[in-house]
Amino acid sequence: MQFSEQWLRSMVNPSLDTAQLGHALTMAGLEVEELSPVAPAFSHVVVAEIMEAAKHPDADRLQVCKVNVGEEILQIVCGASNARVGIKIPCALVGAELPGIQIKQAKVRGVESFGMLCSAKELGIATEANGILELPADAPVGQDIREYLDLNDSTYTLKLTPNRADCLSILGIARDVVAMTGAPITTPEMTTATIGSNLTKAVTLSAAEACPAYYGRVVEGVNAQAKTPDWMVRRLERSGIRSISALVDITNYVLLELGQPMHAFDHALLQGDVAVRFASAGEKLALLNDTEVTLKADDLVIADGHGPVALAGVMGGKPTSVTDATQAIFLESAFFTPDVMAGKARRLGLSTDSSYRFERGVDFGNTLNALERATALVLEICGGQAGAVTAVTAQLPVRKQVTLRHAYLLSILGIDVSLAQVGQLLTQLGFVYTEANGVFNVSAPSFRFDIAREEDLIEEVARLHGYEHIPALTPVASQGMLVAPEATRSKHWLRDVMVNHGYQEVVTYSFVDANWERDLYGNSQPIALKNPIASNLSVMRSGLWGGLLDALDYNLKRQQTRAMLFELGARYEKGAQGFVETLTLSGLVYGGVLPEQWAVETRAFDFYDAKAHVEALFAQPVRFAVEQHPALHPGQSARIYLGDKAVGWLGKLHPQWQQQYGLTSACYLFELDADAGLATQVPAYNEVSKFLPVRRDLAMVVDQTVSAQDMIDAIISEQIPQLQTVKLFDVYHGKGVPENKKSLAFLVLMQDTCKTMVDEEVDTIVARILNNWSSKFAASLR
Amino acid sequence: MADLNHLIAEAAQDFAACHDVPALENAKAKYLGKSGALTEALKGLGKLTAEERPAAGAAINVVKQAVEQALNERRDSILAAAQAKQLASETIDVTLPARAQSAGGLHPVTLTLRRVEELFHSIGFSVADGPEIETDFYNFTALNIPDNHPARAMHDTFYIDSGNDSMEHVLRTHTSPVQVHYMENNTPPLKIIAPGRVYRVDSDATHSPMFHQVEGLWVDEQISFANLKGVVQDFLQKFFERDDLTVRFRPSFFPFTEPSAEMDMSWNGGWLEIGGCGMVHPEVLKHVNIDSEKYRGFAFGLGVERLAMLRYGVNDLRHFFNNDLRFLQQFIK
Repeated sequence: MQFSEQWLRSMVNPSLDTAQLGHALTMAGLEVEELSPVAPAFSHVVVAEIMEAAKHPDADRLQVCKVNVGEEILQIVCGASNARVGIKIPCALVGAELPGIQIKQAKVRGVESFGMLCSAKELGIATEANGILELPADAPVGQDIREYLDLNDSTYTLKLTPNRADCLSILGIARDVVAMTGAPITTPEMTTATIGSNLTKAVTLSAAEACPAYYGRVVEGVNAQAKTPDWMVRRLERSGIRSISALVDITNYVLLELGQPMHAFDHALLQGDVAVRFASAGEKLALLNDTEVTLKADDLVIADGHGPVALAGVMGGKPTSVTDATQAIFLESAFFTPDVMAGKARRLGLSTDSSYRFERGVDFGNTLNALERATALVLEICGGQAGAVTAVTAQLPVRKQVTLRHAYLLSILGIDVSLAQVGQLLTQLGFVYTEANGVFNVSAPSFRFDIAREEDLIEEVARLHGYEHIPALTPVASQGMLVAPEATRSKHWLRDVMVNHGYQEVVTYSFVDANWERDLYGNSQPIALKNPIASNLSVMRSGLWGGLLDALDYNLKRQQTRAMLFELGARYEKGAQGFVETLTLSGLVYGGVLPEQWAVETRAFDFYDAKAHVEALFAQPVRFAVEQHPALHPGQSARIYLGDKAVGWLGKLHPQWQQQYGLTSACYLFELDADAGLATQVPAYNEVSKFLPVRRDLAMVVDQTVSAQDMIDAIISEQIPQLQTVKLFDVYHGKGVPENKKSLAFLVLMQDTCKTMVDEEVDTIVARILNNWSSKFAASLR
Repeated sequence: MADLNHLIAEAAQDFAACHDVPALENAKAKYLGKSGALTEALKGLGKLTAEERPAAGAAINVVKQAVEQALNERRDSILAAAQAKQLASETIDVTLPARAQSAGGLHPVTLTLRRVEELFHSIGFSVADGPEIETDFYNFTALNIPDNHPARAMHDTFYIDSGNDSMEHVLRTHTSPVQVHYMENNTPPLKIIAPGRVYRVDSDATHSPMFHQVEGLWVDEQISFANLKGVVQDFLQKFFERDDLTVRFRPSFFPFTEPSAEMDMSWNGGWLEIGGCGMVHPEVLKHVNIDSEKYRGFAFGLGVERLAMLRYGVNDLRHFFNNDLRFLQQFIK
């Protein structure tokens, strides 16, 4: 809501300056988003008339003008091509200070000049100007231009909340200023027009609940080409509304002044009676904005004998709109209920000043007044004779009594305001109430659509009392300690592990390119957005790798050569029962394992580096199984298991995607369910054995394809009680080992908890291990 | 008894000619070894008379001590020289850079959230979370924002293409739905904060389609608007470590709180909007079966990026989501 300060002050003029008034509005909940003067500060500019204009003797483009500034005739050299005899223009006198210019007596190409004829741009009231500003012929010569153009004004732009529909007008804001300041209000004069025409229009109302009040009247003999008065043009412009024609301007003016949307039809173009009814599905209506809408059965319309002529409360129809040729109008002022209006404009992609107000609630106590106000303005500006008002009314909303308990108010707000003060504040707001035993029964006026329950009144009292007068108090509450189970880690722990390994955390978008989903996750049916902000951010990620690769790409293009990135965030998948979100930890390593330096020879990251980082995240050992993933190199891809549960993936980015993403070296990726890393156990003590363990090293020759993990798993599954540890400590290919074979050396630790093991026992266990490996993996001792 | 004093000078000369400990030990033998000159002289004492012996013995001992002293001095000097040489050879340039490891760091949004969590944890708030793909019900209806309510227009909502599913899903436009989930599953008193990602269809220099909020909720029997002011002011002063920081509450409107307020913070002589808050609306409590006559509560929502920008002096919101390492690595601490 944008409006002119002077317009508001014409209704209520508190003793606050422009900034103070703005502050008061903001602190009352009518947030001033912008406050700017209509014109910058300047002085000594008056209305003047050019009496003579002659070519400058020494400059083709300059004229030497004789200008009447009221008390004297001045000689002024002017370069504007529109400077000519007879026009009225603003003239800056010697001594004037304009934005960025100081006016002095000067010689221009040898000719004395005593001032400057000004353009709108030079006065700072327009950003562009074509020549000097031409004023109306009746502009009084000598009058201060600020006074003449009413420039001592500012525009306020309010960011109104949806509940304060009552402030979508000058009158509404004025009422709130009255409530805040106690200053007196002067409302526009509402006179009942003298009936000078026999023309009337019958109105039938078949949707009484949607439109409980409809007033209309004919005004005939109007001059549709009358000029809108300057004061009205200015007030409209300073409220952000362009002047169109006198009749349209008047309806807009009343909308801004009183908050009542109005519509003027060309009376001659309406066929027969007017009806307020719901549309028949499929009816069409050509609107003022040159679009045609197909109506639904719940769209409320104004119709004539031929069909819809306006979308009620939203926009008028084109065929019946007023034009320069209009001679009689049918003026409409109605109340359409918010319930019916809600969402209609949005569905049709039309948000108008009218629909915006009706959706939020228009004062149904002022509908007829607004019609009279508009009539008076039409008669004043366009002439004509008014017909009698056709009034069709039904059951208007009833403002139910709302109870306000004084004690409850105090406990909610935590303040001390007396019963009398509360009553006083309610009165200031225009609320009518009775009070008994600390309980108010309050009726809100017709312009307040937001007072339906006790809290609404508490907010009003708080607002007027002033939020700044409510103290800031620390709550007094019983305190218990917060429980954090010892057997879980926090998300921050996971992040810290990554950071300590040298990873930088990134935050990437949850919506990604559908191609990433298809390529990296083989997901051809991702969760899609109906209204993505960009085509490459159109689906929800089912994994985080796309974002990490994108972040890598961004940094490689900025001369980074290595990166360790991780992100902790949700991935989104379709599950059997709706959408599933899983907190996921993903990481990426690229380039040298260490930053470039003198002390250590650089080497590129490999699979096992990333594997170490993954293992560090788990409290319990995890297993890595050979499985394939669309994003990963088929020979360097592992699925991660915690017990029997698959909890993630680790591998090298598939060379195909590496090439596609333009990466010059290999990239390793992992992705885990964060919850798997968050599970841990409360430590439980085990007896420390008094006996020393026995170690045997077993170097086994097996096929290249045999996985070390499988060999270890095979031994663990034997469940040998004395077996403590089986660990791989060397991998060897080359001399002494046949081609296509490899040597894997395992360290085996054995221990008995109650005695020292003898050689025979150790040998038996070793034999069992060798047998197992021999039969399952054709492994032989090297 | 021959005069032995000349041995002192001879020994000193011999010892000086030695440059390592083995050579010195060899040189020592000539004087103090089994058949060394002084050993021999001492052996010769037996041939003297009892009267002569003490004086002669004393004279030999004087010489012997002098030779031993020369020997020890020379040995010390050789060892000192050897050590000095070793130390010199082991000297390195301690100003060379350390063997570098990767320096990891947290994203500034995480740093900010962690600090927010710690501060609220210190007065007993737990952390709660909820889904980001929300039903229309939780994001709007349960928060007292019915269909077609103009307040919906304040949220530029991303809608999920749910196919034939009749239930409308959205990307949550605020963290407030977490309040509802939490209140459905817990009984008062309740004290939570809910940090997380939220989404709005908006993208320019000052808006990101994805950003972070932290929601706060305190429901108990004696919670007032004055308490809301107290907690928020305390938080902001502690977060920015500035006791002179003032917080301004302005009347505003959110369908899920009443009275509602916008929170402004004093900053560089002006006011900066930092979030919204209010007393939990009885309709919201009713949705989750909490008796609004017995319990009341406050709720607030803060913009995390805004807090991070002010705290760390970041001047462009877009930095948070570009993931430029030159930006991110400034937050390693």
